[in-house]
Amino acid sequence: MAFVAIADRDHEHALHDPQSFIRKYIWSQDHKVIALQYGFVATSIGLVALTMSILMRLQLGFPDTFHIIAPQDYYQYITMHGMIMVIYLLTALFLGGFGNYLIPLMLGARDMVFPYLNMLSFWFYLLAVLVLVAGFFVPGGPTGAGWTLYPPQAVLPGTPGASWGIICMLASLAIFIVAFTMGGLNYVTTVLQARCRGMTFMRMPLSVWGIFMASILGLLAFPALFVSAIMMALDSLIGTSFFMPAVSSMGEQTVHTGGSPLLFQHLFWFFGHPEVYIVALPAFGIVSDLISTHARRNIFGYRMMVWAILAIGCLSFVVWAHHMYVSGMNPYFGFFFATTTLIIAVPTAIKVYNWVLTIWRGDVHLTVPMLFAIGFIFTFINGGLTGLFLGNVTVDVPLSGTYFVVAHFHMVMGVSPILVVFGAIYHWYPKITGRMFDERLGKFHFWMTFIGAYAIFLPMHYMGILGVPRRYYGYTDAIQFIPPSVHEANEWISISAMLVAATQLVFLYNLIHSYFKGPVADPNPWRATTLEWQTPQTPPKHGNWGKDLPEVHRWAYDYSVPGAPQDFIPQNVPHSEQTPAGREHGVPT
Amino acid sequence: MSLTVAYGALATGIIVWAVLVMKLRSKPWEATAGAAPAGTGFSVSAKRIGLWIFLAVVTSLFGLFLSAYYMRMGQHAGHGPMAAGDWHSIRDPSILWLNTVLLILGSVTMQSARAAVAGSQLEQTRFRLFAAGLLTLAFLIGQWLAWREIRYSEFFTPLNPAVAFFYVLTAVHALHLLGGLVVWARTLARTLRKGVELIDVRLSVELTSVYWHYLLLVWLGLFAVLLST
Repeated sequence: MAFVAIADRDHEHALHDPQSFIRKYIWSQDHKVIALQYGFVATSIGLVALTMSILMRLQLGFPDTFHIIAPQDYYQYITMHGMIMVIYLLTALFLGGFGNYLIPLMLGARDMVFPYLNMLSFWFYLLAVLVLVAGFFVPGGPTGAGWTLYPPQAVLPGTPGASWGIICMLASLAIFIVAFTMGGLNYVTTVLQARCRGMTFMRMPLSVWGIFMASILGLLAFPALFVSAIMMALDSLIGTSFFMPAVSSMGEQTVHTGGSPLLFQHLFWFFGHPEVYIVALPAFGIVSDLISTHARRNIFGYRMMVWAILAIGCLSFVVWAHHMYVSGMNPYFGFFFATTTLIIAVPTAIKVYNWVLTIWRGDVHLTVPMLFAIGFIFTFINGGLTGLFLGNVTVDVPLSGTYFVVAHFHMVMGVSPILVVFGAIYHWYPKITGRMFDERLGKFHFWMTFIGAYAIFLPMHYMGILGVPRRYYGYTDAIQFIPPSVHEANEWISISAMLVAATQLVFLYNLIHSYFKGPVADPNPWRATTLEWQTPQTPPKHGNWGKDLPEVHRWAYDYSVPGAPQDFIPQNVPHSEQTPAGREHGVPT
Repeated sequence: MSLTVAYGALATGIIVWAVLVMKLRSKPWEATAGAAPAGTGFSVSAKRIGLWIFLAVVTSLFGLFLSAYYMRMGQHAGHGPMAAGDWHSIRDPSILWLNTVLLILGSVTMQSARAAVAGSQLEQTRFRLFAAGLLTLAFLIGQWLAWREIRYSEFFTPLNPAVAFFYVLTAVHALHLLGGLVVWARTLARTLRKGVELIDVRLSVELTSVYWHYLLLVWLGLFAVLLST
């Protein structure tokens, strides 16, 4: 292999310093700029999805009041809201946004190993979003098949957007997967190959571990969505019968023969369940770093945390059919998948215990990022416990068509990760912009969002246990088992949802206003140990580290080391400089 | 999905192996005496690692296509005879045998180009690289002829999943080869530059050959499945 270093020498001059505006901010190959590009696009499309959730809540809370919302519109909002939030916002933001920003900085690298591919990844992502948005303007509007796009109804007339809308959605997903593959290749290879001197795997911050494992999951799982998107597009466009069974629609027999809708569900969920962890693992990693930094304690059980991330990653590929208990698949599958689902709860619970034990007797600073991190732990436990109900076949069967699922899903997959996103934005905002945000507005944002989210989703558990069906546009008086309290609850949920949505405007105002008017931030305002806080400039310049790359001498969690002059020791400080003799072992966990 | 799960198990095995390599048993909170450990990254070029990861992604893609293929055939335990009724096996065009030979020759020629670049033979490298690309193009033209043959045969109908899968599987494979040809063209152009140093293109030729062998393997797998069903 001796020749490799020479043979690969063209890679060495990848680090040009762009001068023109276009090379610097538009066609940029700098991971920090690409991260922000991902962030802007994801936030923008996320606001569209937020608006659609408000429109849905207007209909559910005040039925027969807003006549502009027709039933088909409602189903289009449901579909687009779900797909955008899960894929185009959360996945893109955690991996394209935080992954891009944090991996090179936390590992002491100058950039991603394939900067050009990284740039392409963003532009493909933008194209995917544009094709998705184009769905709103095609005849028939976007697809209203529900975010899982189940056939046969996804391509049958009668479903909104069954002609053009579904094609836009499938094309957009395929482009997104191409974009993700380019990005994911970069993230994984960078973690494997571009760590600075001394940054062994077991010294990597847990944020990087989470993003690393999530990228691997994405690389292996997204092809399942790609396969199903291609085959469903063919079913819709040229009349193949991969998924479409022999079915009559609007009184007429369709051309399709014996396709298997169940096959689509298997493929979709083979992607869909790892997708939960593609979003959750970066959140787990980031929240570990937030808690450790703001509780001024080393993370409890670091090694166990790493192993748990790996175990969750592997197990996440064998739980997919717990989304399909009511699909009519072989009942023995249900037994198998219920068992694996309970097993995957073990490493997840280990992580929760470790977060709580990190805070235990820590020097907790209730800063805005810490509030969001604690809010995450609460919400994740809440959503995880209801997951135990739904993971078991006999309990899932009566609940799976009800609002209980909506409540569980939003708690564990919606509110929990988004709380981490907010916490992470506040945490790294001083590094990204060089300015400090308004703390009071940040706390206002947290409390409104946190309490508001519970006001929205806690009553939905109650509605679910009453048997209120999900996916319904409205509940007529003919559905007699639904008591009046449900209608009242729906009103209050809608009002809470609008308040929470309005609060996000305060958050955006805080970000924008602070960028121009906020006080100049200290390079390391949280007194954190990880490398991104030790850059020579804030915000970091192109190439991140000036002339010399940093060298790492310790793990990422040397907080409150007994005898040290400060309550934190950055990773790039050698042992001899700050640790008194005889205390080299830090704080054993 | 059993094929895919098997692949998942393999991937898990690789991760476990990687875990052993990564020394995840170390105790990072303990101070290490002396200088910082050098171990950063593996002693392999990033491009090589990138390619192998990409091949894992492509394996996942084809594994899932084949899982779907078998499940749609109705051989899956969970489905029984329900789904298989409309599946009518087709007679695979005999030109596929010739195509297979062409792709094998393409792969062998690519390997010989790799040997030439290792032996610092510039002219041989150019010639063999060029020939490998031509053979691959011939393979693609042959695939197109096979498509035409089925298109005008009596059993052509998109409603037959065997026909639909034939087109989808061969098309996805051909698209991967076309992508490979883009890289091949760039590599060839670099070798044709005046005053080129072979050391500069060595890695590209090597990685292109790995990709070619891989796609040959994929084709052999697909061909075996198409023939046997």
